[in-house]
Amino acid sequence: MAHFFIFYTRLRTEEKLLFKAAEERGIPFSAVNVSDGMWPDIPGASGDVALCRCVSQTQNSALAVLLEARGVLTVNSSEVMALCADKIVTAAKLDAAGIPQPEYAVAFSPEGAIEGAKRLGYPLVIKPATGSWGRLLAKINDRDALEAVAEHKAHMGAAHSVLFMQQYVEKKGFDLRATLLGGEPITVIKRCSEHWITNTARGATPEKYPLSPEIKALLGRVQNAIGGEVLAVDLFETPEGGWMVNEVNGQPEFRSSDGELTGVDIAGRLVEHVWSLAAQK
Amino acid sequence: MSTKVQCVVCEGDVMLPAEVMEGELLTCPDCGTELEVVSLNPLTVAEAPEVQEDWGE
Repeated sequence: MAHFFIFYTRLRTEEKLLFKAAEERGIPFSAVNVSDGMWPDIPGASGDVALCRCVSQTQNSALAVLLEARGVLTVNSSEVMALCADKIVTAAKLDAAGIPQPEYAVAFSPEGAIEGAKRLGYPLVIKPATGSWGRLLAKINDRDALEAVAEHKAHMGAAHSVLFMQQYVEKKGFDLRATLLGGEPITVIKRCSEHWITNTARGATPEKYPLSPEIKALLGRVQNAIGGEVLAVDLFETPEGGWMVNEVNGQPEFRSSDGELTGVDIAGRLVEHVWSLAAQK
Repeated sequence: MSTKVQCVVCEGDVMLPAEVMEGELLTCPDCGTELEVVSLNPLTVAEAPEVQEDWGE
């Protein structure tokens, strides 16, 4: 019989919800804290399924690669994790699929960043290629600020040697967060904030939002471009009233979308889905 | 199992939730330090690590 593992390093609200949901459903699972673990002693064998929930994207990806080499089905796959963990890779993938997103430029030096700004105009946003929770985002209003940030980035190590620059989108105080499971959108929320960063991790307020046919179609295109069993897609409204994709998250946190607000038990649906994948193997 | 643990920074009492698990985060009510349960047997807490650059979604 297949085993179902939930690997984690830090017990966030989501991990607690997942454990509780699996217990309530009688789904047999093992919660494994890999913080002090060591490969090859970490469990998992061919035919097993694993929900990889390490808080570090680097650790989660490494764990998934190792488990896949043993024949474990991981959620998400290491390939999808890699696509989503790097915003430049995500942007390139969305671009190749013709999916609307904020215009972007990628620079390899402070001089390249100046050229990027000529293309995008001000204000613009610089994001680290890897990162989350709104960390280290910089809204650049003019050339002076760009030169300062680009110079600082040049001293921040290899991870900051490539500058991901996005056109700043005036988003009317909110963005949307859609959660997709098994390829289908199951929740959409509106994240409202007076600050230009609308991550709920940074204090934005979540509200329920309807899933329109237009949004559903766009999410379907994102799903086809990225793949994966569980995704969280962030959308901006365009000035013309349409939608564009800002980010795609491959190891979503879902506490703001779960339960009372949306009426959807995301944790429950997620453990059921992963367990059903074991049965399909 | 004990229902409380001592804060490693200020030695204040920190109450443990029922069925506490390894990796769980606690906040010391006295000094506000974020603590992580690093072991259940023996029950041990340490200062939770600072947020790293690649943490999150």
